Amino acid sequence: MFLLRLLLKNAFRHRLRTSLTLVGLVVAVCAFGMLRTILEAWYAGVETSSSTRLITRSNISLTFALPLNYAQRIRGVEGVRTVSWANWFGGVYQTERNFFPQFAVDPVTYLALYPEYRLPDDQKQAFFRDRQGAVVGRKLAEKFGWKIGDQIPIRGTIYPGTWTFTLRGIWDGAEARTDESQLLFHWALINETLRQTMKRRADFVGVYVLGIDDPGNAAVISQRIDAVFANSVAETMTETEAAFQLSFVSMSETILVAIEAVSLIIIVIIMAVMANTMTMTARERLAEYATLKALGFPPGFVVRLLFGESLLIAAIGGAIGVAATLPLAAAFGKAVGTILPAFQVSPMTMSLQAGAALGVGLVAAAWPAWRMSRIDIVQGLRHVA
Amino acid sequence: MNAVPLAYIARNLWVRRVTTGLTAGGMALVVYVFATVLMMSEGIRATLVATGQPDNVIALRKGAGAEINSAIDRTQAGILETLPGLATDAQGRVLSSREPMVLISLPKRSTGKPSNAAVRGTSAAGLQLRPQVRIVEGRMFRPGTSEIVVGRAVTEGFRKVDLGQTLRFAGRDWLIVGIFDASRSGFDSELWGDAEQMLQAFRRNTYSVAVFRLADAQSFDTLMAQASTDPRLTVELKREVTFYAEQSEALATFIRILGLALAIIFSIGAVVGAMITMFAAVASRTNEIGTLRALGFRRGAVLVAFLGESLLLSAVGGVLGLAAASTMQAVDISTTNFQTFSELAFRFVLTPSIAWMTMGFALAMGVIGGFVPAWRAARMEIVDCLRAA
Repeated sequence: MFLLRLLLKNAFRHRLRTSLTLVGLVVAVCAFGMLRTILEAWYAGVETSSSTRLITRSNISLTFALPLNYAQRIRGVEGVRTVSWANWFGGVYQTERNFFPQFAVDPVTYLALYPEYRLPDDQKQAFFRDRQGAVVGRKLAEKFGWKIGDQIPIRGTIYPGTWTFTLRGIWDGAEARTDESQLLFHWALINETLRQTMKRRADFVGVYVLGIDDPGNAAVISQRIDAVFANSVAETMTETEAAFQLSFVSMSETILVAIEAVSLIIIVIIMAVMANTMTMTARERLAEYATLKALGFPPGFVVRLLFGESLLIAAIGGAIGVAATLPLAAAFGKAVGTILPAFQVSPMTMSLQAGAALGVGLVAAAWPAWRMSRIDIVQGLRHVA
Repeated sequence: MNAVPLAYIARNLWVRRVTTGLTAGGMALVVYVFATVLMMSEGIRATLVATGQPDNVIALRKGAGAEINSAIDRTQAGILETLPGLATDAQGRVLSSREPMVLISLPKRSTGKPSNAAVRGTSAAGLQLRPQVRIVEGRMFRPGTSEIVVGRAVTEGFRKVDLGQTLRFAGRDWLIVGIFDASRSGFDSELWGDAEQMLQAFRRNTYSVAVFRLADAQSFDTLMAQASTDPRLTVELKREVTFYAEQSEALATFIRILGLALAIIFSIGAVVGAMITMFAAVASRTNEIGTLRALGFRRGAVLVAFLGESLLLSAVGGVLGLAAASTMQAVDISTTNFQTFSELAFRFVLTPSIAWMTMGFALAMGVIGGFVPAWRAARMEIVDCLRAA
């Protein structure tokens, strides 16, 4: 108890310096937490994917479409329960800056495969009935202030022309991390248009989404499907939804690695600042520590004093930092909205933040503590700060 | 008696070596992040700008935005070649290349994970239109065969894409007969084969783009006007340089904004570090300040001396950070350009303007961190200072 009081008194002897150090710590811990959260949000698509869904795409690359008649043949493969499909639309709403994913889907089967998109029954029926209709996630609707019944014009880049959809429903995610930033509409709408204007491109599907009964059979079923289409005009590649999502994430791997590296750099920066504070503190108190030693306190006591003070400052800074991350992340999540659909600070991130703060405290005190434990009493007493 | 000598300022930093080192080290890291981000953004831009030739024109489907989204059919390509003002080759034929562009998925050498690589179908004219491309190993593909040549970055970046190997895609085995170097442009990240063979293999009947050269680089506007009067042409004509520069915009901007936001947040940490150091410097030298003032140095001179110390500190940090960042120029990296959805290899590029901006940023941190302590030092009364000991 006495030691703690001494530590507190010591820590706040130089009020200005300690508060500046705290500011630095709080900023660093916050920044570290935010970067980790951004990284996690990037991987959210992988984590929220269902193990009972498979994705079949062309094995050349995702930009090649598969014929519509594959649906029947895939349905016949043992273990496949439901078959749905989706085309990436890649349209632009107003300007390129308003990016959000749009998919042309087969509505009834698709929504059945994604039970986590919670849509009221009347809205669902209204969407099924209206071929011009579209449904969007709650986050997307809030971002652009859309209400049910609104007309949404989207300029196609892959499918030429401007397409206007009527908003028929807004879904809520079953979990906080569920994607609420997409727009889904009728695949039949683009297909009918293509039949009239570009017959060769009609009746093609971007990816098939399959529902299976047993996640354990995913690998076997994938192989069966790919075997059916081996050596055909359009060979397929089937993988679990998680693997499919991961292939997107790994495309921007370089950026992710950079963010990860940078999140460590901030910790090193603050380590330097904190170590500087502790070195200065120790240097100024040289005479004091010599006195303590002269009074008979063992060198270990001085070491404990320094480590204790450093850890105390780090703990306070870390706690404020973690606490500040939460509202900051909420605000950031709102600002980026649809770009990173799931933006939440995880318990893992918080413990990493706390760990980083304490690590900084320990490392910062190491060098001065080692020096101070070895000072010569006479020299120390002679020293003028 | 005007300014405090510079040597005095510099020696003060040297006396407290550990503190100076730690503070400058923190700043150097911030500067390093700041500089590398700008270099990365510039590298992407420079690579794609180098891809275009100033007198080349590229035709895409209206609203396509990227080559893979675009489609130009034979009729349109034919009409485009009849436009006036196009350059011709030695035989008097219009210098024009009709090119399909597709993406194939290949495993990366570093991780084994698949990424998209761009495959371009081209022709002899296509090579003439891109003088920056030259074969460095092997030979050019023969027209009408399943032979391909690959860019330097592709063979370095993807597994099993080596000279003499075959790649299987679109139901064929393609023999790699050459490796080309495209002088650090976007073509380095592409695989090239015969245009007509590609169309057959991928079962397409439209090209993606048509590229041709202007006889006179100034005549672009006349060409545009001419093309816009023809209702059969639902195409967009762009200078190749403009088009490829646009392809870099999204990724370069994204990296720049993300990186600068980070650097500015990080700089708070470094500024706090500088402030702590400078406050301590002022506190431990109260006596000296009093002496200086008593000797006749004015308040302004003391302010400048401490501010100078802080600036020198940040300059050391800035130079260290910049030096570390400049070593990054030797590093080649690649990532998916989300505008084209394909892998793009590029390099960190340090330009003089980036170096100046970086040093400016470092010095700004020094000024912000040093001003308050210096101000406090300048405001002290002579008597109080001398008494403080």
